[in-house]
Amino acid sequence: MNTVAVTPGGAEVKVKRSPLGRFSDVLYRRPNLYLLLLLVPPLLWFGSVYIASLLSLLWQGFYTFDDFTMLVDHTLTLSNYAQLFDAANFDIILRTLLMALSVTLFSALLAFPVAYYMARFASGRTKAFFYIAVMLPMWTSYIVKAYAWTLLLAKEGVSSWFINLLGLDAVLQFLLSVPGIGGNTLSTSNLGRFLVFTYIWLPFMILPVQAALERLPPSLIQASADLGGTPFKTFRHVIFPLAVPGIAAGSIFTFSLTLGDYIVPQLVGPPGLFLGTMVYVQQGSIGNMPMAAAFTLVPIVLIAVYLAIVKRLGAFDAL
Amino acid sequence: MTTVVEFSSVSRHYGEVKAVDQVSLKIAEGEFFSMLGPSGSGKTTSLRMIAGFEQPSEGYVIIHGHDATGLPPYKRDVNTVFQDYALFPHMNVLENIAYGLMVKGVAKKERLSRAQEALDMVALGEYGLRKPAQLSGGQRQRIALARALVNRPKVLLLDEPLGALDLKLREQMQSELKTLQRQLGITFIFVTHDQTEALSMSDRVAVFNKGRIEQMGSPRDLYNKPQTAFVAEFIGSANVIKQPLVDTLGLQSGKTFALRPEYIDLNAVSEAVSGELNAKGVIRDIQYQGANTRYQVMLDSGEALNVSCANSFSAGNEGSGDVLTDGAEVNLSWRADAMVELRDVELRGENVNVDNAGA
Repeated sequence: MNTVAVTPGGAEVKVKRSPLGRFSDVLYRRPNLYLLLLLVPPLLWFGSVYIASLLSLLWQGFYTFDDFTMLVDHTLTLSNYAQLFDAANFDIILRTLLMALSVTLFSALLAFPVAYYMARFASGRTKAFFYIAVMLPMWTSYIVKAYAWTLLLAKEGVSSWFINLLGLDAVLQFLLSVPGIGGNTLSTSNLGRFLVFTYIWLPFMILPVQAALERLPPSLIQASADLGGTPFKTFRHVIFPLAVPGIAAGSIFTFSLTLGDYIVPQLVGPPGLFLGTMVYVQQGSIGNMPMAAAFTLVPIVLIAVYLAIVKRLGAFDAL
Repeated sequence: MTTVVEFSSVSRHYGEVKAVDQVSLKIAEGEFFSMLGPSGSGKTTSLRMIAGFEQPSEGYVIIHGHDATGLPPYKRDVNTVFQDYALFPHMNVLENIAYGLMVKGVAKKERLSRAQEALDMVALGEYGLRKPAQLSGGQRQRIALARALVNRPKVLLLDEPLGALDLKLREQMQSELKTLQRQLGITFIFVTHDQTEALSMSDRVAVFNKGRIEQMGSPRDLYNKPQTAFVAEFIGSANVIKQPLVDTLGLQSGKTFALRPEYIDLNAVSEAVSGELNAKGVIRDIQYQGANTRYQVMLDSGEALNVSCANSFSAGNEGSGDVLTDGAEVNLSWRADAMVELRDVELRGENVNVDNAGA
């Protein structure tokens, strides 16, 4: 297609365009076509590799597993999903859920002051240092970190040496004696597992909270003070509500990552399966693919419920 | 008259930079007081020291007769309308306005009804349930005003509140603000870089330059009796007449004078000359400005003077203003008392007479 341009004199001039130029003209005139071309590859990837395989996985949850032959039979059944509510299985779900919730809560508590400092006070080199300090641990393989923690938390490890140095042995012994969170040593207790989870997922909480606080205009804080709001009231009515979308975003990471994790529970903490380890055992050791598939549905449902609750609480209103 | 806000030799330093340098002033109750100056002149920093967002490095800020130096914003009985309005995005309009009452513990029913009253006052009564993001700039501005006024402060601080509005809306808000201030009898302290705004609204204006107050007085005083070249040129426009033009004109040697462009008569060389002082020149540039035409006239002695003429509607000059053309030779004439003698030294803040409150 040749474009016809009209010169100021009125004479028609044919402008030659290369095929690529003409293609670019077409895209310019048809923004929808342009958008379509941009989106088709990622959507294909997302649809086939991600959604389709996930659906096929969940579909396998309806297949029957023959305990005797150890073979998967394509007869459809609801029993796998029903078995999730068996006391032993439900225990796993509950244990994982409690851990995910406490890790999320504790991460939020730890992350907020750091994020607040980074967003509102740090500048230049200090800020760069904090960014690197927060992200540096993510450059290391997380399996290595989890292993390192088993040593750090062991009875003769750095942590007990340090606690001893501080003279806090009694406090540690008391914490380890509390049923539910305690154990023989930190590395075999739920407390230790909780600390490692929090350590590993903390950056995922700090960064979104920091981003949310960064977007908060300083004039809002001044306006609150100007209208008579004490620092506490300013925090309660202005800073916190506007940081909630960041906390919600961070909590989605910490919550879902803890729910699906299968490495940390194997390395740190008391025996007893987590959702992730259960899927791993069912699929890897036993070969009960249908049951493993049924278990993968649990985190998906829990996260959906979690998001619904968080949305109900108005976490996304300030977005 | 009672003084509500007083600065006693107040300075604010940021490292080496003196944002505010030895400023003293007194603002009377019920006054519409403007702080006028270019950006970086210290006017906003001064306002923020009244609000409590900044603390003076030296000197005292006295509010309602009590030393407020070091007091946090939430312990001061002043409220601010922010330049960016600073409305809380997660609250609706009513909640925004009721915020000040809420943090002070006023019961929900009362604070909402008072917020509604304030909302009616700014003529946005039915917008109470909207979020700030759903409002236009002018509406947000009114909400910010209502949010400050609902607390019934004795002093309202306005930090360039009209800067983001377009011209028509700004003019409308100027007259509304002035009316509101008269009705409520609250002291308004208004920061602006727009001299027209300051002149048309204020009882008194302090002209800031480089952290100091150059001159303080009523709009008429500032315009007709500027004391420094900065004030003369910043408020309106002025020809600053210095050596050697002073000698050429036969004035007292060594002095500096300001002469407003509109006080100069411009005539073709052929016409008779009327004024007490005269100069001859050639038109170098003509700017048609609608109501006025501005001429730049190069005098024979080499200096340029600006002359502003109202565009009259008369025979041969039907509002077009271009009777005289570029390059035409002209006679300039003006009355001797139209010239205001300026001090050559820039004034320091502490030299300003602080006792002319309510002049």
